[in-house]
Amino acid sequence: MNPTTPQYGDLALFGHDPLWLVILKALVLFIGLVLLTLFTTWFERRVVARMQQRVGPNRAGPFGLLVPLADGIKLALKEGITPANADKVVYLLAPMIAAAAAMLVFAVIPLGPVVSIFGVSTPLQLTDFSVSTLYILAIASIGIYGIVLAGWSSGSTYSLLGGLRSSAQMVSYEIAMGLSFVAVFLYAGSMSTSQIVAGQTDWWYAVLLLPSFVIYLISMVGETNRAPFDLPEAEGELVAGFHTEYSGLRWAMFFLAEYVNMINVSAVAITLFLGGWRAPAPISTVWSGANDGWWPILWFLGKILVMLFVFVWLRGTLPRLRYDQFMRFGWKVLIPISIVWILLVSAWRGIRNEYGTDLRTTLIWLGVILFAIAAIAFLLDLRRAPEDEVVEPTYDPYAGGYPVPPLPGQEFTYTRRAPQTVPATVVETSALESTGQELEGDRNE
Amino acid sequence: MADVTYEEAYGDVLGDDAAADDMYAGAYDTTEGRVYTVTGADWDSVLAPPEGEKERVVVNMGPQHPSTHGVLRLILELEGETVTEARCGIGYLHTGIEKNLEYRTWTQAVAYVTRMDYLAPIANEAGYVYAVEKLLGIVDDVPERAQLVRIITLELNRIQSHLVCLATGGFEMGALTAMTNGFRDRELVLDLLEMITGLRMNHAFIRPGGVAQDIPEGGVAKIREVMRKLPNQLDGVPQLLVDNGIWKDRTSGVGYLDLAGCMALGITGPVLRAAGLPYDVRKAQPYFGYEKFDFDVPTADSCDVYGRFLVRLEEMNQSIRIVEQACDMLEPGPVMVADKKIAWPAQLSIGGDGMGNSLEHIRHIMGESMEALIHHFKIVTEGFHVPAGQVYSAIEAPRGELGVHIVSDGGTRPYRVHFRDPSFNNLQATAAMCEGGQVADVIGAVASIDPVMGGVDR
Repeated sequence: MNPTTPQYGDLALFGHDPLWLVILKALVLFIGLVLLTLFTTWFERRVVARMQQRVGPNRAGPFGLLVPLADGIKLALKEGITPANADKVVYLLAPMIAAAAAMLVFAVIPLGPVVSIFGVSTPLQLTDFSVSTLYILAIASIGIYGIVLAGWSSGSTYSLLGGLRSSAQMVSYEIAMGLSFVAVFLYAGSMSTSQIVAGQTDWWYAVLLLPSFVIYLISMVGETNRAPFDLPEAEGELVAGFHTEYSGLRWAMFFLAEYVNMINVSAVAITLFLGGWRAPAPISTVWSGANDGWWPILWFLGKILVMLFVFVWLRGTLPRLRYDQFMRFGWKVLIPISIVWILLVSAWRGIRNEYGTDLRTTLIWLGVILFAIAAIAFLLDLRRAPEDEVVEPTYDPYAGGYPVPPLPGQEFTYTRRAPQTVPATVVETSALESTGQELEGDRNE
Repeated sequence: MADVTYEEAYGDVLGDDAAADDMYAGAYDTTEGRVYTVTGADWDSVLAPPEGEKERVVVNMGPQHPSTHGVLRLILELEGETVTEARCGIGYLHTGIEKNLEYRTWTQAVAYVTRMDYLAPIANEAGYVYAVEKLLGIVDDVPERAQLVRIITLELNRIQSHLVCLATGGFEMGALTAMTNGFRDRELVLDLLEMITGLRMNHAFIRPGGVAQDIPEGGVAKIREVMRKLPNQLDGVPQLLVDNGIWKDRTSGVGYLDLAGCMALGITGPVLRAAGLPYDVRKAQPYFGYEKFDFDVPTADSCDVYGRFLVRLEEMNQSIRIVEQACDMLEPGPVMVADKKIAWPAQLSIGGDGMGNSLEHIRHIMGESMEALIHHFKIVTEGFHVPAGQVYSAIEAPRGELGVHIVSDGGTRPYRVHFRDPSFNNLQATAAMCEGGQVADVIGAVASIDPVMGGVDR
C-alpha cells in the first residue's frame, strides 16, 4: 500500500468518496438490508420449525425461500386500516419513523477493509466519524419513538400498554447497552467503529471484555423486543402490543423495522466485540489473505447469521418474562454489574498506564477476585428467599375464613368456632310484647 | 291474549304512528302476558369513572383474544400494569345442549354431551352414562370389559386434555416449543382414541349399558406400545419448563388460591389438589371400578400456577399407570349390557365404505327375523324407558368434578339434564386469582384453571 495513503483505522480514510459512490453505497446497503430481512424471516421460521419438529415454509421457491416475498406482496396489497380513535398524523408517521431509524444504523457499520470500486479506493463502509458508536445509540433511541407513538396514537388499550412497556423497556436497556460499550471505548481508545475493528486485530473484545459482551448480548435482545423480552408485543397478553391496530403496508414497516433492528444489533455486536469483518481465528491463521479484498463481507455475513441463529434459538427455548421481573433484571442486575465492571476496567487501565506492566499480573488477579465477589454477592442477593419464620401448621378449619377439611396428616378437631350446643332458654313473652309495641309505635309515627 | 296491552299499561311510548304505519308487528306487540323490556345502560356511562375518581382503564380481554381459551371474555380494570378488578363474561359459546337433550332419546344424548367440554368428550359421556345407568339400576350389570374400556379411554382423554392445558398455557407465556412438544405428544394419544372409538374428538363412544364397540384387533398391543413410549415423550414439556428460571418466576406465587378459597368457591380438580387437598372422585367415590386400580393422587402445597402445572404433569403419569393396569385386566367378553331392552341392537363394524352397522346384523333383521327388525326399529327410534326419579352422579373429569343431575319422568327422553361442569365452577376463581396481580399474571392464572368454554356455556 502506498505509504502516503492512510492505514485502515484512520478516520482520514472517510469523507473523500465521490457523490456517485456515496449514493451507490447507500443504495446497496438499503437493498441489502431489505433482502436480508426477507431472508431472516425465512431463516427464523425454518430454524424454529426444525427446533419444533415441524417443516416450516416450503412452498414458494426452493426451500420456500420466496415465501417472505409472497408475504410482502400480500401485505402491500392489503388495506391499511386507520381506527376511528387514532390520531391520524402520528398514526401514519410512527411506522415510518421506526423503519427509517432502523435503516440508518448500517451507515457506520464497517463491512470490510479498503477495496477498489470502479477504480476508486475506498473502505467498505458508508461513513465513519469519531463518535459513530454514539450515533448508533442515538439512532436506536429515535427508533423507540416509532413504537411509542404507534402505541399512543392507535387509540387502543392494548396498543397503549404495548407502547408504554416498550418505552420503559427500551430506555432502560439502552442504558445497559450504552454501559457495555464503555469498556470497549476504554480499550479501543476510540468511539469510531472502524478504529474499534482495527483494535481487534489480535484479540476480539468478546474475549477480553467478556462481561461487557454478555451484558450487551442480553440488552440487545431487550432492545429489539425479541423473545424472551418481547413484552411490548406479548401476544398472549396484549394481542400484538403496539402494532395491534396496524395492517397492510404500515404493519409491514414495523415488521421490517424489527428484523432490520435484529440485524443492526447483531452487526453492532460483531463490530464491537466479535472482530468486525475480520475472519475468525482458524481461518485467519491458516489463510493470510482472508482479511483482504472482498472476502471480509463473507465473514461478516457469516457472523450475522450466527447472531440471528442465537435470536431464533432464544425464541424457541424460553418463555416470556413478566414486565416487573424484566425491569428488575435490567435495573438491579445488568446496570450495577456494568458499572462495577467499568470501574474495574478503567482502574486497571489507569494503573497500567501509570505503573506499566509490573503491577499488572497482581492487579488482574485482584480485579478478578473483586469482581467475582461482587458478582456472587449480587447473585446471592437475588436468589435469597424472603425470610419468613416457619410457623408449624396446626389444623384450624376456620383459619382461612371458610371451613376446610383436614389435609392428609392432620387430625380433625373441634375448634372455637365449631357449632356448639346451647341450652334452650325460655323467652319471656313480655319482652316480645314490648318489642311488638315499639314496632307498632314506629309504624304509627 | 293479554288482559292489558302494553300501551294501556305504560302509555304510548313509541308515538301514535309507530304502530299504525308499520306492517310488521312492533317491538311491543306481543300476545302473551306482560312484557319486560330489559335495556342496558349507555356504554359510555358504564365506562365513565365514578364521581370524584380519575380516569380508569377497562380492557375487554376477549371474547376474541389469543389467550382466553376460546371465547372467554375477561373484563379487566387496570391501573398501569396492575389489575384492580377482574370479571368474567361467559355465554359466547352457549349451544343449548342441555335443553336439546330433553328432545332426544337417552342414547342419542351421548352424541350431544360429548360436544360440551370438547377437550374431555369421553368424560362428558361417562358422566352422563353413569347417571343414566344409576337411574336404570344397571350399574353392576355393565360388563367388566366395557368398564375397563371406559377407563382406558377416560384416562387417555385425561392425558390429552392435560397436554393441551400445558401446551397452551406454555404458549400463552411465550414458550413456543413447549406448545409444539405438547401437541406432538397429544397426537399419539389422539391416534389411540381414534383407533378405539373411530374419532379424534366428539366420540359418542360410551353408551348407556356399555360402549359403542370393542377395542379393535391388535388395539391393546398398540395401547401398550404407546404407553411405553409416552413417559419419555411427555418429557418434552417439563424439560423445557420445570427447572426453567423464567418459567418459575412467571408461575410461582401467581394466581394464588389457598384451600379455604377453593372450598368457598367450589373449586375441584388440579386447582384444588394444588392447594394440598387430595380430593379426587376416582378415590373418594369410585365409579366404573376405579377402586381396583393402584394410583396416586398428586398434590402440591404451593396453591399457585406452578403447583397446578406440576400436579397436571404428575397426573398424566398416573393416568399412564392406570391405562397399563387396565390393559392387564382386560379379558374377552361383551362390551354391552346383556339386557336387549337397553342395549343398542348392533355393534359397529368396518365395511367397504367405512364404519357402520354390521352387515351381518342388517342381514339378520332385513332377511331373517321380523321380530328383530321391529325390536331394532323400536329401540333406535323410540329408545328405552328410564324409571322416573332423579339422580346426581359425579366423575373426575380432567378439570375436576363433573357432576350430572338427571331427572326422568319415566319416558324415553330425559325430563331435565344438568351438568355441573368443572370449568364453569373453577372459572369463578378468576377474580380471586387475578385481582391485585399484573396483566401478564391474568393469562397465567386463567391458563392454570384451564377453562373450556364449550363446557362452561354448554
